[in-house]
This record gives sequence, structure tokens and C-alpha cells, in this order.
Amino acid sequence: MSGHTLIDLPELTRLLRECAGEEEGVDLDGDVLDTAFMELGYDSLALLQVIGCIQRDHGIELDEDAVAEAETPRALLDVINSAARDAEKLAA
Amino acid sequence: MTARAVVTGLGIVAPNGLGTEEYWAATLAGKSGLGPVTRFDAGRYPSRIAGEVPGFVPEEHIPSRLLPQTDHMTRLALTAAGWAVEDAAVDPAALDEYGMGVVTAASGGGVEYGQRELQNLWSRGKEYVSAYQSFAWFYAVNTGQISIRHKMRGPSGVLVTEQAGGLDTLGHARRHVRRGIPLVVSGGVDGALCPWGWVAQIATGRLSTADDPDRAYLPFTDEASGYVPGEGGAILLVEDAGAARARGAERIYGEIAGYAATFDPRPGSGRPPGLRRAVEEALADARMTAAEVDVVFADAAGVPELDRAEADTLTAVFGPYGVPVTAPKTMTGRLFGGGASLDVAAALLSLRDGVVPPTANVTAPADGLALDLVTGCAREARLRTALVLARGYGGFNAAMVVRRV
Repeated sequence: MSGHTLIDLPELTRLLRECAGEEEGVDLDGDVLDTAFMELGYDSLALLQVIGCIQRDHGIELDEDAVAEAETPRALLDVINSAARDAEKLAA
Repeated sequence: MTARAVVTGLGIVAPNGLGTEEYWAATLAGKSGLGPVTRFDAGRYPSRIAGEVPGFVPEEHIPSRLLPQTDHMTRLALTAAGWAVEDAAVDPAALDEYGMGVVTAASGGGVEYGQRELQNLWSRGKEYVSAYQSFAWFYAVNTGQISIRHKMRGPSGVLVTEQAGGLDTLGHARRHVRRGIPLVVSGGVDGALCPWGWVAQIATGRLSTADDPDRAYLPFTDEASGYVPGEGGAILLVEDAGAARARGAERIYGEIAGYAATFDPRPGSGRPPGLRRAVEEALADARMTAAEVDVVFADAAGVPELDRAEADTLTAVFGPYGVPVTAPKTMTGRLFGGGASLDVAAALLSLRDGVVPPTANVTAPADGLALDLVTGCAREARLRTALVLARGYGGFNAAMVVRRV
């Protein structure tokens, strides 16, 4: 069982906007999957806020070190969705 | 020779006007910004009148990234700081970032933000507390946000001396200029119009409980019954006069010519309050005599014994009815860390335009107070030098002399 995707890119960018606002001159709706968060205008505190919301609203726990190492949306989505799949497996 | 510190830019956010010219037009017209509290339900509190900044739409002034991380008063402060930089026609990107400092006055920090997040903590759990709470309610937050936004990495700080803070920051900015820093963003914007901030003010016992906005804050009168709190203030750009000239600054509002701060003796000591000493030392610092002062912007506590102490100080230094005295804060309320720097901004605008704004809603000083209080309408006068006084709850006194250059 591969499990479903808990959060996709549009959902992540929506949360980023909602939790931390949007940097002027950055198009979050563009091809940002491999753009570094720093380039998108998000620092570690902005990510902390977003990660906090995701953990709270989906009842999952994310590994702090893995989150800190995720420098792009693709890397962060991998951390989130693999943690969600692990949780699903555990529950199954 | 010691470097001269001059003011080259103003940014004003006040209950009777958003922006310098709007504030100044309202102030000269005696138009008050006091009214019933609308920002929260104050109906069950003994005090219900405040000075709220009107027409401030955060999205029009604050970048999206800063909205989730800023208290209302920080948004006002960032707006005022941006306007001050603009007014001075300074391009911070073109200057040495370590040659620009930020010194602002504060009291409780982002109290409204802090209250909201603490309510989230108690009622919903720690997962609902914003990560930005870590600094958004911090008392030093305005200095930090201004410094980050304008990339000013020079000597920076925060002064917490209640109402005296608006002068103490400008005094400290002058200190930095004298030590060789060309530019310091200074002054204060403050406010805590939320239940948590409100009860802290009520606890001082100095808040007016009158319900008529025009009768709630009447300093120096028989009807004085306390003060009205407000939000807002002014951010001032303080520069080394030589550096300002060198970059081609178009406008110099005036020089910070003299400054002194004193502390009151312990209650019950029998010794006099420190306000008079602050006035005398500020004049000495400016190498000026009392006769050279053209107008005084009073602290105007609105508490009878404090009003009398201030009036007695002015009479002792200037003689009975010896100098025009005014208190435009009757139109804004007392703005904590923001009030005295707004008074300095008003004093500089008075020097610019040769006109003293009135003390609103006051017709005459109480019997026994020998003050030439400017009431009714603005008074035109030849003005070269103004004295601004401020007292902070807990014994802080400060006096500042500003002078046309």
C-alpha cells in the first residue's frame, strides 16, 4: 500500500500564504517545487509556523531534523507525505 | 566641536490624523481624535474613552509577509518609520548599513497580539499559538522590525520609560550621532487598546472615567479627572547635521539642542519631584536661558496634583504666565512610548509654521495655576525654540529643547 498524498503543492502554498504571507515579487503559483524557501521569502520561523499548523490540523508528527533539512517545497512535501504514510501504516 | 543632531524626517500616526499633514491640520484646528473605544468591548470597564488611529488599513501599508507577525502598534510604527524615511528623502540602500541605527520607545510591546495568542494557549492549546508570538509581543519588536525592513544595522536599542520614552529615545539618538553615527531612526509609536492593555492602564488609578470624549481629558483645569489613553506616535529621522548636508537633505525641521532626564525621589522622601531639574538641565545642555524658549509642550498629566507640580515648575523657571504652554495631546490621549515624540514632532511643525496648536476642550487653567495656556484656537507667534516635557509613570522625567536651524 503506497498510501495517498496528504498535502500537495497547491495546499502547501496556500498554507504558506495563510500562515506567513507572501513575499513581494514571488509567484507562489509558478513552478516553485524546487525553489529554495529562502528564495521564496520564507525563513525558518515561517516554516515553523506552517509545519505547526500541518501537524496540528492533520494529527501527524514530523521529524524536526528532517524538516530543518528540507530546503525546497518538494523536499518538505516528501517529509510530510512520507510521515503521513508511515502513520497510516502504523494505524493499519 | 560636538556633532549637531538635527531632525530631517517625520512620520506621524495619531488618533486625530494618519500622516503628518493630516495630523497637523487637525491639531491646529483643535480637532480631537478621542471617542468611545471601538477596538474591543469596553462597556464593562470603568474607563471607556480612547484615542484610536482612524482609517488605518494594514494591507495598504504593510507587506504581506509582515502581517502575520506584527501587532497593530508595530504596523503603525513600521508605517510611521517608512514615512519618516520618505519625508527625509533618504535612500537607506545607498548608505552604510552600519551607519544607521534604530532607537525606539516602548512600554508593553505587542500587547494585543500577546493577549490573542495567550487566549489561544489557554482556550485551545499550545498548537494554536503563533510561532511569531516569540517576538511579536516583545517590547523591542518595533526597533527590530524597523531595523530589518530598512536594513539598518547600526547601534540600536529600546527605551522603556513610559511617557518619557519619546524624549529619552531622541536623546539617545543624539548620543549616537555624537559618537559618529550619521543617521538614527528614533521616536516611538505605541498602543495597547485591548482588555489586557486597558486593565494595566486602569491599575495606575490615573485614567479618566468620564464618558464624554470632550470632557474626559482636561489637564490643568478644575475638572481634571485623569487622562485618556491612545495609540500612535511619531518616528523621527535624526541625522548628523553635517551628514545631512552632505547627502543634500532638503529639509531640516530643527536641532535637538538640549536634553535631560531625571528620576523622582522615592515617594514620602519630602524632596521635590525631578521635573524642574530636567527642565533646567535641558536648558543648560542647550546653553540657553529660559527667556529664549518661545513655547512649552507640556506633559499635561490630567491628574490635579501632577498638573499643579508641572505648572509650579513652569512658573518657577519661566515666571508666572512667562511662556505660552500647550498640550495638543488633549486631542490624541496619552500614547505611552509614542506620546512625547509626537509632541516633539508637533513642536517642530510649530517652529516650521510659526503657530502654536491649542489645548483642546480646555477654556482656562484652574485657579492658582499661573499658566499662559494656549486654548480655543491656534496662536500665531514667532517661534525659534520649543521645550517639550514628559513624565513617565514610576518617576521618569525628561525635557527636550528643539530649535530652528
